[in-house]
Amino acid sequence: MSRAERIAAICADHAVLEGPLLPILHAVQAAFGCVDAEAERAIALTLNLSRAEVHGVVSFYHDFRAEADPRPEVQLCRAEACQARGVEALVSAAEAAAGSRVRLGTVYCLGLCSVGPNARVGNALHARLDEAALLALIAAA
Amino acid sequence: MIADNPVVRISDDALAVACGADAVAAEFARLGCTVERVSSWGMHWLEPLVEIDGLGWGPVAIGDVGPILRGDGDAACIGSVAEHPFLAHQQRLTFARAGKTRPLSLIDYAATGGWAGLNRARSLTPELVVAEVTASGLRGRGGAGFPTGIKWETVRSAPGTRKYIVCNADEGDSGTFADRMLMEGDPFALLEGMAIAAHAVGADTGYIYVRSEYPHAIAKLNAAIGLAAPQLAPFRVEVRVGAGAYVCGEETSLLNSLEGKRGEVRAKPPLPALAGLFGCPTVVNNVLTLAAVPHILGPGEDGGGAAHYASHGIARSRGTMPIQIAGNVKYGGLYETAFGVTLHELVHAIGGGTASGRPVKAVQVGGPLGAYIAPANFDIVFDYEAYTAADALIGHGGIVVFDDTADMGKLARFAMEFCAAESCGKCTPCRIGATRGVELIDRIRAGAAADPVTALPQMHNAPKAPRSRDEDVALLEDLCDTMKGASLCALGGFTPYPVLSALRNWPDDFKSGDF
Repeated sequence: MSRAERIAAICADHAVLEGPLLPILHAVQAAFGCVDAEAERAIALTLNLSRAEVHGVVSFYHDFRAEADPRPEVQLCRAEACQARGVEALVSAAEAAAGSRVRLGTVYCLGLCSVGPNARVGNALHARLDEAALLALIAAA
Repeated sequence: MIADNPVVRISDDALAVACGADAVAAEFARLGCTVERVSSWGMHWLEPLVEIDGLGWGPVAIGDVGPILRGDGDAACIGSVAEHPFLAHQQRLTFARAGKTRPLSLIDYAATGGWAGLNRARSLTPELVVAEVTASGLRGRGGAGFPTGIKWETVRSAPGTRKYIVCNADEGDSGTFADRMLMEGDPFALLEGMAIAAHAVGADTGYIYVRSEYPHAIAKLNAAIGLAAPQLAPFRVEVRVGAGAYVCGEETSLLNSLEGKRGEVRAKPPLPALAGLFGCPTVVNNVLTLAAVPHILGPGEDGGGAAHYASHGIARSRGTMPIQIAGNVKYGGLYETAFGVTLHELVHAIGGGTASGRPVKAVQVGGPLGAYIAPANFDIVFDYEAYTAADALIGHGGIVVFDDTADMGKLARFAMEFCAAESCGKCTPCRIGATRGVELIDRIRAGAAADPVTALPQMHNAPKAPRSRDEDVALLEDLCDTMKGASLCALGGFTPYPVLSALRNWPDDFKSGDF
C-alpha cells in the first residue's frame, strides 16, 4: 500500500467519529513518525478542510512533528514538583549523555509528582531518578 | 512466616510501576504466589507496596521478596496497611476503593457498592438527581469550584435534544495526580458518574479527554468502557487523547480540541452549558467531580448520599477534597479529607516535612498557576473562599513543597516562561504579557541593564533614562494586573499568582545575582 493509500485508509477508519481530526493525526503520526505537508494535504482533502486548517491544528499541538526523527526519545519532566526534587541538577549531565544520538525532550508533568525526578521513554515511566539512573536510561534508549 | 501460596496484592498504578512494581510482582509470581494487581493506596513513598493478608511492606525491591516470604522482611514491614496513620485519618469518599479493588474487575466494583448510585439515579427523575447533586454542595474539582448542580441544571433545562457529557481529564498541573489515580484505579466510578450526569441532563454521549502523557490511564479507561458498556447503555462513552497542550485543560479550549480544532480558548458567553461541544449543551466536569457523584447518589447512611457528602467540609466548601501532596516532601501521596485542613497539617503532620530534611521554604498550592505560600501563612485552611481571599487558589488540590534551596525568583520566571510556552495565543495579555514578563524578571534579577525594547527608535513615549529596579518591579506588578484582569482564561489570568506571591514573600530572591 502506498503512503497516500495508507493515509486514506486511516482517515476512512476514523470517518464515523465526531470531530475526527485529532485521532487521525495521532494515527498518522504513529504510522509515519510525523505529520508532514503531504499528509496534511491528504487529510485536508478527505475531511473537506483547507490545508491551512489542518496545518493550524498540527502546528498548535506539541505532540505532532512535521519531520520524522528516528532517534530514540527520553522525556524528562521539568515541571515544578520535579524541580522541587532536584531535576534541574541532572539536566546538564543528561544533555551531555544524550548528545545527538538521543533526543532529550522536556515534558511538563507525568503525574508522578511525589516520586520525582521522573522520565518517560515510550510508554515506560521511570521514577526516583538520580544522575546515575538517568544516565543509564539515556544510554539504554 | 507467610502461608504457602499467599495472595500478594501489588498496585498496577503508573506510579507504582514507575517505581518497579512490575518486577516485584513478577518475582512473587515466580516464587509461586498468586499476585493480584490492585489500585494504589496512595502512599507513594512506600511504592512498590506489597500487601499480604492485610500486612504491608514497602518500598519493596526484588531482593526483598524472598525474605518477606520467609518471614524475614521486618525492616520494610509497615504493619497493617489500612491502619497506617497516613490512611487512618483520611475521609475517603471518592477514593473509597483505593488500594482495595482490582481496577478492571466488575466483580470487585459491584461488591463495593458499584452501580448503586447509577441504579438509584435511573429510578429518579432527572430533576431529582440534579436536586441531590445541588444539595450535596459539590463544586467543580477542576479548580474553578463552580457548583455542579447549577451547571447540570443549566444543561438539563437548555433546549435541544443533543447534549454531551465531557470529562476533563487533561490533568496538566504539576503536583497533581488524583485524576490519573482515579482513572487507573477506579475507572468504573468515573464512568458511573458520567452515566448519572447523562441521565440527569438528557445526554446520550460522553467524551473523556485524557492527556497523552497518561498512556496507562488511557489503556485502563478504554478497557473499562468495553467491560462496562452493558451497564452504561444507552449512554455511550469514548476516550479522546490530547496532544500535549496544557491549555486544553481549560474547558472551552478542550471543547475546540475535541472538535478537531486548535485548542484555542473561546470567549464566554456563550457558556458551554448552553453552547458547548459542536454547539450543543454540554456538561464539562473534572474527573474528581464526576467520580464524587456515585457516592452522592448512593442510598444514604453507609452507602453515601447527598446529606452524608454535605456533612463534610466547612462554610461553602462541602464534601471532601482528594489532596495531592507532592514535591520535596517526605510522605507524598494522595490524602482525601474534608475541607478545612490547614496547610501546616498537610505539610508537616501528614507530609512529614521535606524529603531532603531541610527547612520548608514555600508550598505551591493549585498547580503552576497557584500562589507560593510562605510558612508564616501555613495556618490557611483548605477552603475555596479562604484561598481566594489570600490571593491564592486551591486549583485541583495539588500541593508542591520546596525546601530552602528553592530560588523563588527563578520559579517566578518559570511561571511566566511556562505561560508563554503554553499560551494558546488567542488573547494578548497572555500571549505577549508572558514573554514580556520573562524579560522583566530577567532584568530585575540581572540588575540595571538597559531595556532593549524601550531603546528602540519607534518607542517615542518611553523614557530615555534606564528604569530603576523599583520601576521595573512596579512595571511587573502592572503587567500582572493586566494579565489578571484582561486574559480570556485562567492560564494568563492566574499566572500572576505564582509570580506576585514569590515577589512579595521572597523579594531577596529577585535581587541581582546568579541565575
